[in-house]
Amino acid sequence: MAGRVLMAMSGGVDSSVAAALLVEQGYEVIGVTMNTWTDDIPEEIQMNQHSGCCSLAAVEDARSVAHKLGIPYYVMNFQGQFAGTVIDYFIQEYVRGRTPNPCIACNRYVKFSAFLEKARQLECDYVATGHYAVIGKDDRFPGRWLLGKSVDARKDQTYVLHNLTQDALAHTLFPIGGMEKSEVRALAAKYGFVTADKPDSQEICFVYDNDYGRFLKERVPEAIVPGPILNTRGEVIGQHKGLPLYTVGQRKGLGLTTPRPVYVTELDVERNAVIVGEDEETYRGGLIASDLNWIAITGLTFPRRCRAKIRRMAPEADCTIYPIGEDAVRVEFDRPQRAITPGQAVVFYDGNWVLGGGTIDRAVN
Amino acid sequence: MRTVYCDHAATTRCHPEVARRVYEFLTETYGNPSSIHAVGRRARKGVEEARAQVAALLGAQPAEIFFTSGGTEAGNWALRGAMAANRAKGNHLIISPYEHHAVLDTARALEREGYEVTMLDVEPNTGIITPDALLAAMRPTTVLISIMAVNNEIGTVLDIAGLCAAAKEKDPSVIFHTDAVQAAGYIPLDVKALGVDLLSISSHKIYGPKGVGALYVRKGFRFAPGLTTGGGQERKMRAGTENVPGIVGFGLAAEIAARELERRAAHAREMRDLFLRGVLAIEGVKLNGVDPFAHPELRHPGNANVSVEGVEGEAMLLRLDMAGVYASSGSACTSGALEPSHVLLAVGCSRDAAQSSLRFSFGDENTAEDIEYAVEQFAKSVEFLRRLTAPR
Repeated sequence: MAGRVLMAMSGGVDSSVAAALLVEQGYEVIGVTMNTWTDDIPEEIQMNQHSGCCSLAAVEDARSVAHKLGIPYYVMNFQGQFAGTVIDYFIQEYVRGRTPNPCIACNRYVKFSAFLEKARQLECDYVATGHYAVIGKDDRFPGRWLLGKSVDARKDQTYVLHNLTQDALAHTLFPIGGMEKSEVRALAAKYGFVTADKPDSQEICFVYDNDYGRFLKERVPEAIVPGPILNTRGEVIGQHKGLPLYTVGQRKGLGLTTPRPVYVTELDVERNAVIVGEDEETYRGGLIASDLNWIAITGLTFPRRCRAKIRRMAPEADCTIYPIGEDAVRVEFDRPQRAITPGQAVVFYDGNWVLGGGTIDRAVN
Repeated sequence: MRTVYCDHAATTRCHPEVARRVYEFLTETYGNPSSIHAVGRRARKGVEEARAQVAALLGAQPAEIFFTSGGTEAGNWALRGAMAANRAKGNHLIISPYEHHAVLDTARALEREGYEVTMLDVEPNTGIITPDALLAAMRPTTVLISIMAVNNEIGTVLDIAGLCAAAKEKDPSVIFHTDAVQAAGYIPLDVKALGVDLLSISSHKIYGPKGVGALYVRKGFRFAPGLTTGGGQERKMRAGTENVPGIVGFGLAAEIAARELERRAAHAREMRDLFLRGVLAIEGVKLNGVDPFAHPELRHPGNANVSVEGVEGEAMLLRLDMAGVYASSGSACTSGALEPSHVLLAVGCSRDAAQSSLRFSFGDENTAEDIEYAVEQFAKSVEFLRRLTAPR
């Protein structure tokens, strides 16, 4: 017996195929859908097949796959942990003028922490998810569990997994990390899963209509205060509707008529101001990040050359990282980077392996 | 692996005699009771016999029994039928805060539709309701009072006869409904002695088939027909071809339940007490609800509800499931995820205790060896989970 695995099943195609592969590989698999949130979602959206990942329809899909595979299946309640570590964090970051990444928080505090704890309670050897990433070892980083990019470069999810601890990596399986999405879909069709044709999941699972502005207005109306839009010379050139509704690099929705297109370069919480500038003014040469997690290395004591990614969809950029004390780094890019956004993660790579990562505090020159 | 079914409050295994009768009405006596021909007439005879059997369990007249799709429909109908037919009197209804969701959610829906709902104050931990609390909640516009006879999670037995008498003394026209889904088959129920106007019961909690229940409607007060319109079945009160196999099975189950009531209650009590003695000996295991050793008459004989200090109910439940011991937690949401029990919250339990509560409900399925195994697995899981959370 290869071991007992607690498999997180969202009802989507990736985790369904992952579960099937584990069963084929001889693991004793227990399927679980994590019930993470219950917003007051309009009923017609709740019952819509293509709504957020923890809707009732998703549970039904996951259950149907589990039945097909002949594995036990449970729905577990993580609403308390999710509200405290993901939704509150999401709201607070926006209130602080930052742009959060809730998937990173969910992976860090719910999937590879609270869920891992449940696995231990059920005497499981591993947790498994349908993430696109690989876990391995490499003599270049002796004694370390490593997180590596998935075979399908477009689907790679290492950016949102950079907070995995050594303990979590030692007890996690990513069964589809070595596959292309197209192969996964083909397998789902072969297995006859109801989920085979489901579209990829949406951006923010707990904001059912993807309108995070509406969500924030409902949750923290007091934090949505209109104020000035300033240019980089400090002149008022317009009005914004509330700082949390904007993000660095944004061009659309500013309501400005300017001779040349302008972009958000900064959110100034103290002055409740949105600062805008022309395209070249959104580029900065470096950043400060803190709240670090190192994976391939135990810590950073000397400057190091690597590549860094400052947003999920951003290309990797060559840089040098310098330690600042215990839990912060300064990153100097070889070429200035566009829209370095406080609150987003910066993840460092050495080839296909993740060195580690942290949260961007601010851009520097 | 040994399996021990400790979830009789959720549902029961159909009695073999009952199952045979259901099968007979699926395959032989398959007629439509509204048809005029012989096979239809035989089906009608089966339904009417079942009506008499259910009536006998409750001390009612057969004409006062209306078959439904189950306890939930009966509870829904009781509330809506009473409120809709008595708008002239008022728009107020009173319920206990720990009613089954069939009643609770219907009351909430009625509230959204403009009715006024009062939730009764209850005694902490036990959930006992005093006549004074009920009288204090009553208004001249109170149309309906709905209080369950036995709570489904902590097993508290309510004094329905006393509460009903007090309410009717104050206002003879007030309508009294009791949800007797858990009580039926374990607590003697006589609608005349209870004095209630409406009573709902379910078949599958008394070793009958699922998908069938009944509402007792006392003759002689204003009450509106059910939710369906159509063929005029159930004396024009509930349209739709009768679930004949379910109804005849329910009838036989009710007859057996009446006959076996004392034996079943005594057996369940023996199993429950054996279990409780075992698990309450474990440090940090706390009983929720009435102490059945001090007041056996105030608790359903088969019901045990415990919280384990420092251990999540969910983890216990899943581990027990994997060990073949089938229990339940207070309540599961639509998706099946466990949520803190609304019943335990209503009787003043902390959120943590409510989240860690486990319900074991015993019945005919169980033997003393089963209970020994269940206690052993319970103790093992508590020990394992505590070791896991202990500082390493």
